[in-house]
Amino acid sequence: MNSAGFPLLSLIVFLPLAGALLVLVWDKRAHASIRGISLGITLAVLALTLAAVALFRPAEAGMQWEEHLPWIPTLGISYRLGVDGFSLFLLPLTALLFVIAVLASWKPVGSDEASRSAVQGYFFWLLLLETGVLGVFLALDLVLFYVFWEAMLIPMYFLIGRWGGERRAYATVKFFIYTMAGSALMLVAILVLGYFAYQSTGAWTFDWQTLRGLNLPWPAPLWLFAMFGLAFAVKVPVFPFHTWLPDAYGEAPTPVTVLLAGVLSKMGIYGFVRFGLQLFPEGLRTAAPWLAVLAIIGILYASLSALMQKDVKRVVAYSSVAHLSLVVLGVVVANAQSLAGVVMQMVSHGIYVAALFLIVGMLEERRGTRLIAEFGGLWKPAPLLGVCFLIAMLGAVGLPGLNGFVGEFLLLVGLFQSVRAYAVLGALGMILGAWYMLWTFQRIMQGPAEGRNADVPDMRGVDLLVMVPLLVLIIILGVFPNLILGPAGATIDALVGQAAAVAWLP
Amino acid sequence: MNIADVQVVSILPQMIMLAAALAVFLADLVWKDRKGIGLLALAGALVAFAAAAGMLAGSGAPTFQHMAAADRFALVISLVVSAAAVLALLISLDYVVRVELPAGEYYGLLLLAASGMMFLGAATHLMTLFLSLEILSIALYALAGIRTTDLRSGEAAMKYFLLGAFASAFLLYGMALLYGATGSTYLAGIAAAVPQKPADPMLIGGLALLLVGFAFKVAAVPFHMWTPDVYQGAPSSVTAFMSVGAKAAGFAALVRVLVTVFPALYAWWVWPVGILAVLTMTWGNLAALAQGNVKRMLAYSSIAHAGYILVGVAAGEAGVSGVLFYLMAYALMNIGAFAALIALERAEADAAGVELARMSGLFHRRPWLAAAMTVFMFSLAGVPPLAGFFGKLYVFSAAVRSGLMVLAIIGVINSVISAYYYLRVVARMALAGPAEEVEPARCLGLSIGTGIAALGTVLLGLYPTWLFNLVQGTLAVLFGG
Repeated sequence: MNSAGFPLLSLIVFLPLAGALLVLVWDKRAHASIRGISLGITLAVLALTLAAVALFRPAEAGMQWEEHLPWIPTLGISYRLGVDGFSLFLLPLTALLFVIAVLASWKPVGSDEASRSAVQGYFFWLLLLETGVLGVFLALDLVLFYVFWEAMLIPMYFLIGRWGGERRAYATVKFFIYTMAGSALMLVAILVLGYFAYQSTGAWTFDWQTLRGLNLPWPAPLWLFAMFGLAFAVKVPVFPFHTWLPDAYGEAPTPVTVLLAGVLSKMGIYGFVRFGLQLFPEGLRTAAPWLAVLAIIGILYASLSALMQKDVKRVVAYSSVAHLSLVVLGVVVANAQSLAGVVMQMVSHGIYVAALFLIVGMLEERRGTRLIAEFGGLWKPAPLLGVCFLIAMLGAVGLPGLNGFVGEFLLLVGLFQSVRAYAVLGALGMILGAWYMLWTFQRIMQGPAEGRNADVPDMRGVDLLVMVPLLVLIIILGVFPNLILGPAGATIDALVGQAAAVAWLP
Repeated sequence: MNIADVQVVSILPQMIMLAAALAVFLADLVWKDRKGIGLLALAGALVAFAAAAGMLAGSGAPTFQHMAAADRFALVISLVVSAAAVLALLISLDYVVRVELPAGEYYGLLLLAASGMMFLGAATHLMTLFLSLEILSIALYALAGIRTTDLRSGEAAMKYFLLGAFASAFLLYGMALLYGATGSTYLAGIAAAVPQKPADPMLIGGLALLLVGFAFKVAAVPFHMWTPDVYQGAPSSVTAFMSVGAKAAGFAALVRVLVTVFPALYAWWVWPVGILAVLTMTWGNLAALAQGNVKRMLAYSSIAHAGYILVGVAAGEAGVSGVLFYLMAYALMNIGAFAALIALERAEADAAGVELARMSGLFHRRPWLAAAMTVFMFSLAGVPPLAGFFGKLYVFSAAVRSGLMVLAIIGVINSVISAYYYLRVVARMALAGPAEEVEPARCLGLSIGTGIAALGTVLLGLYPTWLFNLVQGTLAVLFGG
């Protein structure tokens, strides 16, 4: 099943690690070459992931390019990687956003002199983070998945804690403990699953494929799903486990926020589908009403909060929560349209939220503040910035023709077919989204440019380099969504089939 | 009896350690070079380690008329203890000179304690159990107080000795009751007698008292009262060795007794052991949260880790391999953490142990030392892919296997709680430090020791398989001969 002839997936996962080690032994004063190495590595990973997309066989619904190496045979833990239509596009999304993050880190990152000059450490942790994230999306052994999931905590801890804003120490500890607490029960659930496998087959195993075939005695699927679900709910985040988000997103340096919102949040959605829907469909079905209620509260609460925010970064952060809660709702109802919407929106959201956070970063860089009240009329002195903000913002709002629309539409159609109320409330949330997004854009970009706002420099060079690819993708995916939905189609059908077999929601 | 019956070879690692201790005592009479004696001790410990490793391929038949065993369980314990001794010796080489400790006594006692620990791991007779325990305890009492100019050290020794003597008395009484109930002082004999009289109050009383005695030694709550003061008062290198070695030996004896002698009573003893585990984990973690002194914090953290290991003990036979793995991982990360503290300990101000404030800015001043400390902190917290995570994974999976899911859940929750105070240390190291700072010590032995511990922690986390294989099925074959 190795159509590329060599371990493509392992290469994708561990190339950033190799880059990180290279950066570690490099001369720490050679900032330029360190950046160059990081850029080179992330571009190489991007190329590999695009190759994976190109070589993917869309007709197959199962895992491709599976790799299997025994790791700890006595406990049945093995090194297994694989990709299917569902996780396929998460790879280039991750790789692209890491390239963007490296480019966005070209100017020194950090709020004091010491951290700004600690370039080597920054890129070391960034590359290590990439390995962790890619490993999460590709791991097919539950313990391996858990190792990658938790291992991603250490780089994040340092990235926020050392290079973040003023309250970074508080934010990073909150993020770490919150996430670790959320995934603590997941570890126990994994062990219990391995034990069930041992009971029924006589051998410990943590292989996802094998565990899918287990017949778990009720009510095991329900509370196992709950234990897994808690970890994913913290990651996405789903109300009420979102309280770490405003601080972590707010205090993290811009490139890291881009990664948090664009990539790390997708890990939670991915987890809900890969380990929620596919391992415990009965559990998900039973917990569905509760999860749906939380998601809806999340949509409405986050949208209303976004309306109230004075800090533009927090507006985008809360809007991210709202949009992702809609995606979670799509996972919960699990029909053909909503799952297609989930796949589409995972990628779309990653792109437009990355673009939005980059814009926020540029605004902060130019004016030294993130308070909306301080901005105004920036379109005149910085029209390019305005255009980019406009496109990204409209993509988030879901204007037809841009990528946000496709995902949102599919999700709403899917919800409507399942429980009308969900669709109505979800749409309400999206309307609120349009409200706060347009209002924020108006307050920042339009009107008279007074005081320091009149001298704001426009985008140039590196700024354009990070924004243009994202904006191009926003437009292209909006017009040709089948680029994503096509290859993912077979897997989505399989997922739908599995969900339907468990007498889903009406 | 025939001289051939006395199979000294089977306890070769212990004998080597003992011989090294005696050599050190003798050398101290004529040789006044502190470092040289330290190196002699180190050589002895290394040879003992090599002997234990070399014997792993052997048969493991009981020896000395069933008073000791050289089975794989005992050999793994010997490996853990001798590795701990090697690391502790490496980090002591400069420390002994710096703090002006009497070298001969220090190194000799350390090796004696190590040999006692290794004997305890191999004991299959009540007397061997007791004698080994006394050897290691008395050596440790003296070591705790070896910094004679420091009041805290003396206090530590006094506390340890008084409470330890009590615990030994409990242990001895328990052994007497076991003998009275079963008529045998050999573990094999007791094991044979237990199934015939499972509800015998004398038997259960003996087991309970034995549990108390061992619980003291491994610092389980509520028998832990001595630990924070003794760990903080004793010289740091002694604490490093004590925290690992005494626990390893104590757990070895506890596991051997519970799993091989009292499997029939499992349904009875799983309760007290489980409750001890919960109390120990939770209390240790909560108390550590409040500490501002890093040495004292590590003392409480080692209580918490004893709790995690107790979860493995509560899992019965399924947990034996987990306990052994955890002990090895724990040896590396805990001694490493103390080694980092030793590097920072300067001047009289740190006599009570390094305060958190002293760790400020370590990333800027000594990045490699800070990196090593980060590895130890994350490993102790149980973050993958480090050794501590796999130790916890193994122990918790054994608990799940034995139907003790509650213990596993409490265990992971405690790991999260512990992450907070371990992270605090890492965070502090990353902050900017005060302008004037005493330079952390630079010593080859210290660097090598810390480096081996850090590297070991990382590598054991990435490639745990060899150790997993080594500790598998160690107590499966009980009494072969």
